[in-house]
Amino acid sequence: MSPIENVSRRRFLTGGIIAAGAVVLGVHYYPKLSSGHRLPHDTNADHATLHPDVYLGIDPDGTVWIVASRSEMGTTSRTTLPLVVADELDADWKRVKIEQALGDSRYGDQNTDGSHSIRSFYDAMREAGATARFMLIQAAAHQWGVPATECETDLHVVVHRSTDRRAGYGELATAAAKLPVPKREELKLKPKSAWRYVGKGQVSYDLEALVSGKAIYGMDARMDGMVYASVEHPPVLGGKVKSYDDKEALKVGGVRQTVPMEPFQQAPGFQPLGGIAVIADNTWAAFQGRKKLNVSWNNGPNETYNSDAYKNELRETSHKPCKVVRNIGDADAVFAKDGKVYEADYYVPLLAHASMEPMVALAEFKDGKATVWAPTQNPQAVQDIVAKELGIAKEDVICHVTLLGGGFGRKSKPDYVAEAAVLSKKMGRPVKVVWTREDDIKFDYYNAVASMYMKAALGTDGKATAWLQRSVFPPIPSIFDVNAVYGDPAHLQQGWTDIPYDLPNLRIENGPAKAHVRIGWLRSVANIYHAFAIQCFTDELAHAAGRDPVDYLLELIGNPRTIDFRGVEYPNYGASMEAYPWETGRLRRVTQMVAEKSGWGKRKHGKGTGVGIAAHRSFLTYVATVVEVEVNDQGEVRIPRVDTVLDAGLVVNPEATRAQFEGAAVFGTSVVRTGEITATKGVINQSNFHDFPVARIGEAPYETKIYIVDSDAPPAGVGEPGVPPFVAAFCNAIFSATGKRVRDLPIAKLGFS
Amino acid sequence: MIQVKVNGVEQSFDGDPGMPLLWYLRDVLGLTGSKFGCGVGLCGACTVHVNGQATRSCVTAMRDAAGKEVTTIEGLENNGLHPVQKAWKQINVPQCGYCQVGQIMQAVALLNSKKRPTDHEIDEAMSGNICRCGTYQRVRAAIKAAAGEMT
Repeated sequence: MSPIENVSRRRFLTGGIIAAGAVVLGVHYYPKLSSGHRLPHDTNADHATLHPDVYLGIDPDGTVWIVASRSEMGTTSRTTLPLVVADELDADWKRVKIEQALGDSRYGDQNTDGSHSIRSFYDAMREAGATARFMLIQAAAHQWGVPATECETDLHVVVHRSTDRRAGYGELATAAAKLPVPKREELKLKPKSAWRYVGKGQVSYDLEALVSGKAIYGMDARMDGMVYASVEHPPVLGGKVKSYDDKEALKVGGVRQTVPMEPFQQAPGFQPLGGIAVIADNTWAAFQGRKKLNVSWNNGPNETYNSDAYKNELRETSHKPCKVVRNIGDADAVFAKDGKVYEADYYVPLLAHASMEPMVALAEFKDGKATVWAPTQNPQAVQDIVAKELGIAKEDVICHVTLLGGGFGRKSKPDYVAEAAVLSKKMGRPVKVVWTREDDIKFDYYNAVASMYMKAALGTDGKATAWLQRSVFPPIPSIFDVNAVYGDPAHLQQGWTDIPYDLPNLRIENGPAKAHVRIGWLRSVANIYHAFAIQCFTDELAHAAGRDPVDYLLELIGNPRTIDFRGVEYPNYGASMEAYPWETGRLRRVTQMVAEKSGWGKRKHGKGTGVGIAAHRSFLTYVATVVEVEVNDQGEVRIPRVDTVLDAGLVVNPEATRAQFEGAAVFGTSVVRTGEITATKGVINQSNFHDFPVARIGEAPYETKIYIVDSDAPPAGVGEPGVPPFVAAFCNAIFSATGKRVRDLPIAKLGFS
Repeated sequence: MIQVKVNGVEQSFDGDPGMPLLWYLRDVLGLTGSKFGCGVGLCGACTVHVNGQATRSCVTAMRDAAGKEVTTIEGLENNGLHPVQKAWKQINVPQCGYCQVGQIMQAVALLNSKKRPTDHEIDEAMSGNICRCGTYQRVRAAIKAAAGEMT
C-alpha cells in the first residue's frame, strides 16, 4: 500500500514548478487557499485534508472537492462525471464543489471529443469515490473500535448501526488521511440498488450561473494590462502576406500597432494560420483597425479550389472502382445478372461548426512561461502547440479551461489559442485574441464534403441481394499530412464499414480526395454523410420494392447477431469489441420501439405531411428516429414532431441525455435545411448567419420526444449519436410528404425553405 | 461626452461614439453577461434592454444609446432571480448557456408586452435569438412557465 501522496505534492516538494504569479481579474475559477504554497496546477482537491485521488479531496468542514477534467461545452459532463464520484462516495451533492482541471497529463486524456467522457472515465470516477469511502469507513471503525465490516455509509456519514454511532465525512477526514490508500482490489463498489445519483441524474452544477450571466466563458476572461487582438488571416489556406500597409489602421482610435504573424509550416495542424494582427485597447478598436488594413496576398496552390468543380470531381471518382475497405461475397457477379439494379448519388457539402462563442483566447507569456485561458475542448493539445510555437517546454504552459460557448469539435483544435500565446510573447504583455463570426465561418476546420455512390440489386421479393457503396471525401488526417487523401479507419468506421445489414454480397469502397481547406471533426463527423446515404438509399429501396420502410429496414438489419469484423479494420471508437460488440439486436429494438412510440403506420397523414425513419449506431450508441414534416405549396417545411429512441447502455444522467438528443435534432435540422460551406478560388463564400444560416426557433422541431432504453450495457456516447439518424429520417420524411427525393444537401438548394 | 444609465447607474463615455454598446458594456464596464455572437444583429446573444426595449447591443452605437437607460442581465433583478430566470432553471433550458442571457432578455421583453404569448407569438419574438445547442423547445416551455408565474 502506498502512502497518501499525489503528483503535484511531490512536485511541490522537489520544487519542480514555480507559480507564474499572474493576477487575474474576472477569472475566478480557482479560489486561492489562505495558507501554504500553491502551484499553478494545484486544485483545492490536491490541498484538501483527505486526498486519495487526483479527482477528489475532502476537507474537515465536510466539503467534497471534485475535479472536472473534461471540458464543459453544454453536454453537462462537468456535472455528470463528478456525480459518479459523489454517488460512489455516498456524498451529499449539496456539499460537493466542482473545480475545473487545468490541462495536465495526470488526468489522462482530456480531449473532450468523440462522445466518450462518461464511457472512458466512469470507472475512474467510481474508483475515486470508492477509495475515499473505504478510507472514511476505516477511520470511523478505528475510532469506534469496531470492525470496518460492521460499518457502512449513509448520506455524508459513516454509520455503525448496532451501536447507533454516526460520524460525518468532515470530522473523519483528518484521521482517514493518515491511513494508507487502498488498492483497487480492496475496493467494494456499490450495488446498483444503492445508487443515489447514477441513472437519476442532476441538472448542471452551473445552472444558476448560466441563467444569471455570471458564467465565465473564454470570451469573458480578463486580465490586468491585457490588450486585444484581431487577426486578418490569409483568405486562402496556405496563403502568405505579400505586402501590407497599416497606415490607415494605425489611425483608428485605440489601435496600438500591427504584428505580422508567420504562416504555418508544412501541414496546418493546430498552428496559427498567419496574417496580420491588429493590437488595440479594446475589441471594437481591433476590429475597426483590421478593416482599414490593406494586405496583398500570395494565395498559393489552393487558389484553384472551387466547390462546384470539386463536387463533380468527387462524384466522378465515386463512379469508378476505388479502394475496397470491406467485402463479402461477390456483388459484381450479382449486378451482372438480370434483375433490378438501383443506383443513387448522395452529397453533403462542407459544414461549419458555428458555435455561438467564436474562437477566443487570452494568453500571458512571462518569464519563459505561458499561461492561457481558453474555451478549449483539448487543453493538453493547447499545451503542446503553445510550447511548440513559443519554443518552451510543455510543462511551462499552463492552460486554464473556461466554460465553452459551444464546441461541437471546433474547439478541439487550438490554433486560436496558439495565436494568443504567440502575440503575447511578441507584445510582452497579456493578449486576448478575439475572432469575429466571419473569422469563425471562414477559417473553420470543416466537416468534410462527401460524395457517396450507392448501388443495390433487388431480388424478386424486393430484398437486396447485392450492395455496393463508395464514399469519397477529403480526410481529417490531411490537416497533419497534406498528402493524405483516403479515409482513415477511424472515420470509415463511422457508419460505413459497419453497415449493419445482413447482406450476402457487400462491397464497401473509399476513393481519394485532396483537401483544400482544413478538415476537422464536427459533431457526429463522418456518420452524418454515411448515415444520410445508407439510410436514405434504404428508404428509396423500400419504396422501389413497394414495402413499408420500417419493415424493410428491419429486414435488412436481419436477425439479432454480433457483426463479424474479421478482415476489416474497425476501431470501434477505441472501445474493445468484447465490452462493446456491434449488436444488431439493439438496433432492431430501438427501430421497433421508435415505430411504436411514433405511432408509425397508425397516425393519419394528410396532404403535404409525411414521416421518415432512420436507424444508426455511432459512438457505440444505437439510435432510431422518426421525423414528421409538413410541407406547404410554397415548399415551406415545418417539423411538428420528432421521436427518438436511444440505447446508450447505462445512462448516468437521463436529463442531460434527453437534452443532448433534443439538441441533436436541431443541429441536424441545420444540416438538412441550410448547412453548406462553399469556396470560390479557394476563398470561403460564407461569412455569418445570413449566408450560413442555422435553425431558428420556428424552423427547429416543435417537439422532440426522447425515449431511453433501460440497459445494463456499459455506458456509451450521447453528445453526437442523435444527429446522423435525424438527418436521414428528416430527408425521408420530405419524400414521404412531397414525393421529392433528397440526395443533395442542403434542401434550401432544392427549393425548400 | 456620452451619458448613459446602465443598470441604474449614470456613466459617461468619451471614446468612439460609433463603438457598439456591447463592447462598451463588456470591455469598458466589465459587464460580460451580454455576449458577442455575430456582431451584426443576427444572433441575439448580445440582447439588452434600452429604455425597456429588447435591443441588439452589438449594432447599437454609443451615440444612439446616449441619454437612455440600459438594462443588462446583471441589472435585470436586484433580489435573486427574475421569474423568467427561475423558469429557465425550472425547465433546465441551458446547455452551453452562451446564448441564454440574450434569450432571457428577449423573453423578458416579450412577457412585458404580452402576458400570455401564443406559440406563434413566441416564435416571432424569439426568432432573432439563435441557440446552436438547440434548446428551443425548452425556451418555449420556459416562456410559458414564466407567463404563468408572472400573472
